[in-house]
Amino acid sequence: MFRYQLEKLGAGTIGRIKSFGLLAIFLWTGAFQIFVPPFQSSKIMEQIWFIGAKSMFVIALTGLFTGMVLGLQGYHTLVRFGSEAALGSAVAMTMIRELGPVLSAIMIAARAGSAMAAEIGVMRMSEQIDALETMEIHPIRFTFSARLAAALVSYPLLTAIFDIIGIFGGYLTGSLLLGISPAVYMDRVISSITMADINGGFLKSVVFSVIVTAICCFRGYYSHLGGGQGAKGVSLATTNAVVNSCIMILISDYIITFFLV
Amino acid sequence: MSEPFIQFIDVHKSFGDNTVLSGINLSIHQGEITAVIGRSGTGKSVLLKHIIGLIHQDSGKLLINGKPLDRMDKKAMHGFHKDVSYMFQDNALFDFLTVYENIALPLTEKKQKNKIDIPGKVAEKMKILGLSGTEHKYPAQLSGGMRKRVALARALITDPKAVLFDEPTTGLDPIRRNNIHDMIAQYQSQFGFTAVIVSHDIPEIFHITQHIAMLDKGKIIFEGSTEEIRHSHNDIVNSFIRGKEHRAL
Repeated sequence: MFRYQLEKLGAGTIGRIKSFGLLAIFLWTGAFQIFVPPFQSSKIMEQIWFIGAKSMFVIALTGLFTGMVLGLQGYHTLVRFGSEAALGSAVAMTMIRELGPVLSAIMIAARAGSAMAAEIGVMRMSEQIDALETMEIHPIRFTFSARLAAALVSYPLLTAIFDIIGIFGGYLTGSLLLGISPAVYMDRVISSITMADINGGFLKSVVFSVIVTAICCFRGYYSHLGGGQGAKGVSLATTNAVVNSCIMILISDYIITFFLV
Repeated sequence: MSEPFIQFIDVHKSFGDNTVLSGINLSIHQGEITAVIGRSGTGKSVLLKHIIGLIHQDSGKLLINGKPLDRMDKKAMHGFHKDVSYMFQDNALFDFLTVYENIALPLTEKKQKNKIDIPGKVAEKMKILGLSGTEHKYPAQLSGGMRKRVALARALITDPKAVLFDEPTTGLDPIRRNNIHDMIAQYQSQFGFTAVIVSHDIPEIFHITQHIAMLDKGKIIFEGSTEEIRHSHNDIVNSFIRGKEHRAL
């Protein structure tokens, strides 16, 4: 019984290590293929449209309400210490350092990442990926490289939009609703943010873009190995892609923050 | 007789505990249409996928022009893949690409050493296969028969020396089925490629093939000409080609 449990544990661990190795090879190959001619400029533009432009509404909405909630919560906390004037700093720092990169990455994973995993999963199940191999077209390049390049461009831009709209949301509740002077709010926003904060936030968004795109495309690409075939395989791949991406965003956020502060 | 273009020698393949191929010996000759027949689940598609390298054998040899496929260097393998196209059972067309983009894909996705007139080449294949005017349509907007023709056009766009057809008539009515068979025979004689067809269409397939192999329980139980299979004394072969359940005595 003990031996059986030990073997099961060992097999699970080896499986995870293998899967991690496969993901590393997948990521490396996909990144390398971005620079191999013929360059996929039109495909990258298409993906920037899909990942970036089409996510703008959801990012703007999430950013606005996150900023508004932060303004509301921040004001009622700071007012107890007579420091409500510092609301601009609190909202801006939280947005730029943490919530902007993390929440926008999670939202993009939910919107674009799940679609990537499902689309590539369907390609796998309907033998389209096999067809690529028979045509001597690099399947990882075809399914992943352009998406990775597009994500590297889109994530920092979407994070910037999230940050700006979030700070504006804090202004709406802090200044228009709760009466903090707009000049004080904006002055605190500008004076508290340093270039290091902005760079840190962008570094996070770049790392998250790689994590989310790699995990989502990888899950779709190997959906036939994920314990299900057909529609079940695709649905499992999509769920795992989003859950794994969100977990990895939070873990890597801690690691990056640890080195940045 | 000349050396076979493709030769299976004692090829075995299992998936876990499920043995699919158990000692396959089969020769496919250049310029011929070879049909692989047999009941569903006997490993016909698995056999075909070995040739294109989508599946690798557990043991035995697969020779291409007398050379083992698994020992080919990168250049030779590239050359072989360039010469072989595969037409999937469900076509495997990319639903997010138009008919034109699907057909042109094997050319557009690769860096060409010599400048090829891709639009001209695609237009030529589309015209031959009766697909003119559908360039901007998506596969979902086409009928089953037209999708097959798009898949065939994509398979032929690189002017391959061999085309592997995995049940090309699945899900088609008898008229379209015959059309597809006629089309394969016509283009095979026109372009001169070697064809391997996995099929259940008995006896229609006999009209277009020169060479037939029947697979049963992971083994080739018959290999020969159309005439020979019609006069075979093997009970399993006889039952199968007459569409009757074989009952062992």
